[in-house]
Amino acid sequence: MGIELLVNLSYVAAAVLFIFGLKMLGSPATARKGNLISALGMFIAVVITLLDQSIIDYKWIIAGVVVGGLIGALVARRVEMTGMPEMVALFNGFGGVASLFVGWAALYGFEATTFELIIIVLSILIGGVTFSGSMVAWGKLSERISGKAMVFRGQRIFNILLIIAIIAASVMFTISTGPATSIYLYVVIGLSLLLGIMLVIPIGGADMPVVISLLNSYSGLAACAAGIAINNIILIVAGALVGASGIILTQIMCKAMNRSLSNVLFSGFSAVSAGGSAAKIEGEAKAMTAEDAYYVLEAAASVVIVPGYGMAVAQAQHVVKELQELLEKNGAEVVYAIHPVAGRMPGHMNVLLAEADVSYDLLLEMDAINPRMDTFDVAIVIGANDVVNPAAREMEGSPIYGMPVINVDMARNVFVMKRSMASGFAGIDNPLFFKENTRMLFGDAKEMLGNIIKAFS
Amino acid sequence: MEIVFLAFILMLSIFLGFELINKVPATLHTPLMSGSNAISGITLVGALTSAGAEHAVLSTILGTIAVAMATINVIGGYMVTDRMLAMFKKKGSAK
Repeated sequence: MGIELLVNLSYVAAAVLFIFGLKMLGSPATARKGNLISALGMFIAVVITLLDQSIIDYKWIIAGVVVGGLIGALVARRVEMTGMPEMVALFNGFGGVASLFVGWAALYGFEATTFELIIIVLSILIGGVTFSGSMVAWGKLSERISGKAMVFRGQRIFNILLIIAIIAASVMFTISTGPATSIYLYVVIGLSLLLGIMLVIPIGGADMPVVISLLNSYSGLAACAAGIAINNIILIVAGALVGASGIILTQIMCKAMNRSLSNVLFSGFSAVSAGGSAAKIEGEAKAMTAEDAYYVLEAAASVVIVPGYGMAVAQAQHVVKELQELLEKNGAEVVYAIHPVAGRMPGHMNVLLAEADVSYDLLLEMDAINPRMDTFDVAIVIGANDVVNPAAREMEGSPIYGMPVINVDMARNVFVMKRSMASGFAGIDNPLFFKENTRMLFGDAKEMLGNIIKAFS
Repeated sequence: MEIVFLAFILMLSIFLGFELINKVPATLHTPLMSGSNAISGITLVGALTSAGAEHAVLSTILGTIAVAMATINVIGGYMVTDRMLAMFKKKGSAK
């Protein structure tokens, strides 16, 4: 009893540290410390668990920890900041598969009651979906597989049948006895992996922030279910905290796109746009050279920069910062406006700009920037498209109508850096490009910015 | 009774999670995600008992893989979060 009590009290301490850690993540000034506190909580929980009396043999534990620790440390050190979304997806997947195995392994060692079996099958299910879903997300984000939404006829019916099959197999698993149990178990595992794949393939690139948040939530819920299965309180608490955080991020992302979660998950943008696009966009996009851009910027007193996924692709964050410094030296005020779904994961742009040493108090959220947009001399859009599309405000019938966007078109001049006139992920035209005050800078964002910077010096 | 107890803990943790995360600014959403991802590696604690308990060969194998996977999640998650957060700096007062 003594050791068990000690273990459980330490779990309470670990939970307190997790909670404080998350709380301190609420401000950039304390966030780093918060992360360390949370890591300390994890350390305590792991070390104290090793005292558990049911652990007889340590050699496999050591092997697992050494291998996992080395891989984790290596990946964490080497990953590029632009590669952050796929790394988070990958780690989510590992967490999911670990929970799957913990649930599975819980079948051995003691006679499980029906309730425990239900929980075990649940943790296997969530773990499996998290794993395969995350792997597909990872493949899409790292462009190992096509980032486009993959939709086929009868997809919805197939998914419904799949879910029914999973429920049936799970029920059979909990009520069957003898060797049949393991067959049903394998069926559940296989089907849950398939479900994970099916859930993520119809989701296209720009909806990735939602998926990645959701998978994050699943990985927490999987840990949570595994915790109930093995009766471990810290797993439940920590898993639930993560689950809740993922759900909140998912909600924020959905709100920022003015779409419901089910709309993101079950219908690609193509399905939505079928009805709309009634209004025609008229006019001509006006291109400009880097030199002309320089003359305008040179005279500008205030500039707002709106980055999007294109900045990440072009790895342009450092040149952006260079331009910011030049403009500031020239006496202009420079701020950044960041849309919640810009990039491929929540906060993607902020991390990239932080990497380039941009002070975080210059990174403004959409709601902070829009009311004063008309006071800016120049708005520079770098590799963003849908998040600055005025059609969301003006064109009823446009598929993105109603989505909150950064109103760059209200600024006195708008520069759009873009590779070509191709439409964004949503596949809809952007009337911004044809506005009176918009000029297009075609080409690679990094090169274009480099040319403007050259003109300054 | 135990189930009620666990359900209570679960419910309170979820509410607490909502309260905590709602206050995190958009700037920190990526570190929040990788940091909470590291916390979800808590499943390591469960994996440890499966890997070391010697209930059955299969559970030892599953446990060991789970330990390795969860450790990647924990170590990698915390380290990369720390790396990211170290970059978030505020310049002295605005020029």
